[in-house]
Amino acid sequence: MSAQAMTRRPRWLTVVGVLGVIAMGFTVWLGLWITPPDQFQGNLARLLYIHPAIATVALYWVGLVAAGGSLLYLWPRTRSLFWDRLAAASVEVGAVFAALTLITGAIWGRPVWGVWWTWDARLTSTALLLLLEIGYLALRRVPAEPAIRARRCAVAALLIAIDIPIVHFSVDWWNTLHQGGTFIDPGFQIHASPSMSWTFLLGFIAFTLVFVWLLGVRYQVEVLQDAVGDQELEVSLSERWSEDTDLVGAAASAPTPGPGGGTS
Amino acid sequence: MAPVVHFRAAVALAGRFPALAGVDLSLDQGEVVVVVGANGAGKTSLLRACAGLLPVTSGDATVLGVDLTTDHTSVRRYVGLLGHAAPLYDELSAAENVQFAVRALGLPVKSADAALERLGLIGRLRTTPAGRLSAGQRRRVALAALLARRPALWLLDEPHAGLDATSRTLLGQLIGDAVADGASVLLSSHEPELSVPLADRVVSMGGGRVTGEESGGRRVTFTAVPAAVPAESTRAEGASHVA
Amino acid sequence: MWHDALLVAGKDLRIEARARVALWQVVPFAVLVLVLLAFAIGPDQASLRHAAPGIFWVALLFSTVLAIQRSVAVESGEGTRDGLRLSGIDPAGIFLGKAAAVGLQLLLLQVVLWAGITFLFDVRVHVVWLAVTASLLATVGLACAGVLYGALSAGLRVRDTLLPLLVLPVLAPVLLAGSKAWQAALDGNAASGTQWLKILVPFAVIYLVVGVVLYGPLQEAA
Repeated sequence: MSAQAMTRRPRWLTVVGVLGVIAMGFTVWLGLWITPPDQFQGNLARLLYIHPAIATVALYWVGLVAAGGSLLYLWPRTRSLFWDRLAAASVEVGAVFAALTLITGAIWGRPVWGVWWTWDARLTSTALLLLLEIGYLALRRVPAEPAIRARRCAVAALLIAIDIPIVHFSVDWWNTLHQGGTFIDPGFQIHASPSMSWTFLLGFIAFTLVFVWLLGVRYQVEVLQDAVGDQELEVSLSERWSEDTDLVGAAASAPTPGPGGGTS
Repeated sequence: MAPVVHFRAAVALAGRFPALAGVDLSLDQGEVVVVVGANGAGKTSLLRACAGLLPVTSGDATVLGVDLTTDHTSVRRYVGLLGHAAPLYDELSAAENVQFAVRALGLPVKSADAALERLGLIGRLRTTPAGRLSAGQRRRVALAALLARRPALWLLDEPHAGLDATSRTLLGQLIGDAVADGASVLLSSHEPELSVPLADRVVSMGGGRVTGEESGGRRVTFTAVPAAVPAESTRAEGASHVA
Repeated sequence: MWHDALLVAGKDLRIEARARVALWQVVPFAVLVLVLLAFAIGPDQASLRHAAPGIFWVALLFSTVLAIQRSVAVESGEGTRDGLRLSGIDPAGIFLGKAAAVGLQLLLLQVVLWAGITFLFDVRVHVVWLAVTASLLATVGLACAGVLYGALSAGLRVRDTLLPLLVLPVLAPVLLAGSKAWQAALDGNAASGTQWLKILVPFAVIYLVVGVVLYGPLQEAA
């Protein structure tokens, strides 16, 4: 019964999902058909409507939710599995967005730079971020009691959060000293017409809505998984108690009811 | 006076498994309580919960005045747990292992020597790496470390297992001394004929709960003697004659 | 805390001195990585000399993972994990002690690796103070971050496969900064090398502080 109540998605989440899909549809429509091609980059500039938006979600929104959630979980006063699940959901969605950032970046980079991959500072640190997130998700899959897993993962998330600025700076220096200048900034300076600016903005809203929606859905899945675990616990608790009555029954029927139950 | 151990409906989980499924138990200072029960009854989990190793997730649980449901780590330095596996570093000698345990509490190294001697760990045994000792000898080293740390609550998990007759007698004496010193002892056992004579009370466990209680054989003459126990072992420290 | 740290470091180093795992497994492994990477790059002396600092730091990073796994293994004997938790030692002291023991082993390893690249790749460190400073700072960072992640994976059945995945991306900044600083030290270009210390210093300090704070909760979570 309780599990059924939890399977019901809150209405706001459905609304966010529907809005996200609509906004995404408009972004695609505006981005592919309505806006003109860029005068320098041609149709390639259309990636601009989604790539920065995806990257913003992957780097900022995810980082904020994951680090904030983990911190609030570790803080004794606000400790609640809510924060743990939120942080975990955020990293999982974040890994998808980080991968999309890399893919869209590579699609853009191929015609512009002539290579799929370049050791550009932002690409490199995003790739490292993705690897760190995969590490976190691997740790999360290790079975454990929810409270223990939550604590372990919260610490890991914070360690990753601390590492990211260091990674960012080191990669930045490493690259700029090596090749001089980053590629993305000059490339993405385009002369925007009003329709392009609006599409650009809409892309941000669409991906943020989709992020919130995915986060909510993923959170629900976490809740359900824990609910299954709790039900298993109830079952195993009652099994444990029946072990006891079995034992008492066995002891009662035995000729000498010694304290050990004589079973060993 | 507040009891040394006070459990009410205490539940502790090992993973998803309720190792303790609502334990009620109370232990006063200077008491020796023996826990008996079949394999998997929850004896070891009870001792680990008392040591602050297994967090109690619901119910009341207080050990030495520390509420284990809110803080299960600070009680650790005041208890001594003798588990199935001796917590020894194989590369270090018996003496070094005990000295490490003693210095960890900030106690003088001298107390390690006294404990080692008491357990008969002298001469070659003292300097042999723990990895080359037999299971019974390792248990004696672990017991020496426990003794040297002078815990307020002794938690002994099947302490008789793997010990020879002399060591079993010695164990009885050590428990007697500890209690005289003001410590309390919670002891789990599969061998009632050895442990019941040491006990003030005998608590039986099953299915992660306490299912019954009888008086033990230390000071009071008990009635529910297992048939295998001869009358003479009702005296404390008489246990060795059985083996 | 310091008393506890010394106690734990002394214990770990004594165990290491008896078991000789670092000496007979980790050090040869590091040298092996040097040789293997040289094979991969080819016999051309100039490109080997160019790659030498990178090879040095990759070998050091891989060996760090081994040293950490060893440091975790020492505590994961039957009963010793619980023993350490019950010992009454301050978790911060355990962290500092274990990090100090690992750090000392890593320093020894770097001396061997230094000799290795000098001998095999015919390079010379021109700015010795820069190389030494970078190595010392990196050692603190590697040992602290490593011990922290070691504690995170300790007690898990999958710890040996999980640890490299978790810790190597985290150590990437040390690899970058360390090899760049060493490159500068080999080239005799001290000015361009010192700025890499600005990565190594915060890395070391942050993981040292975070370890002292988080090792306790981590010990309970693994």
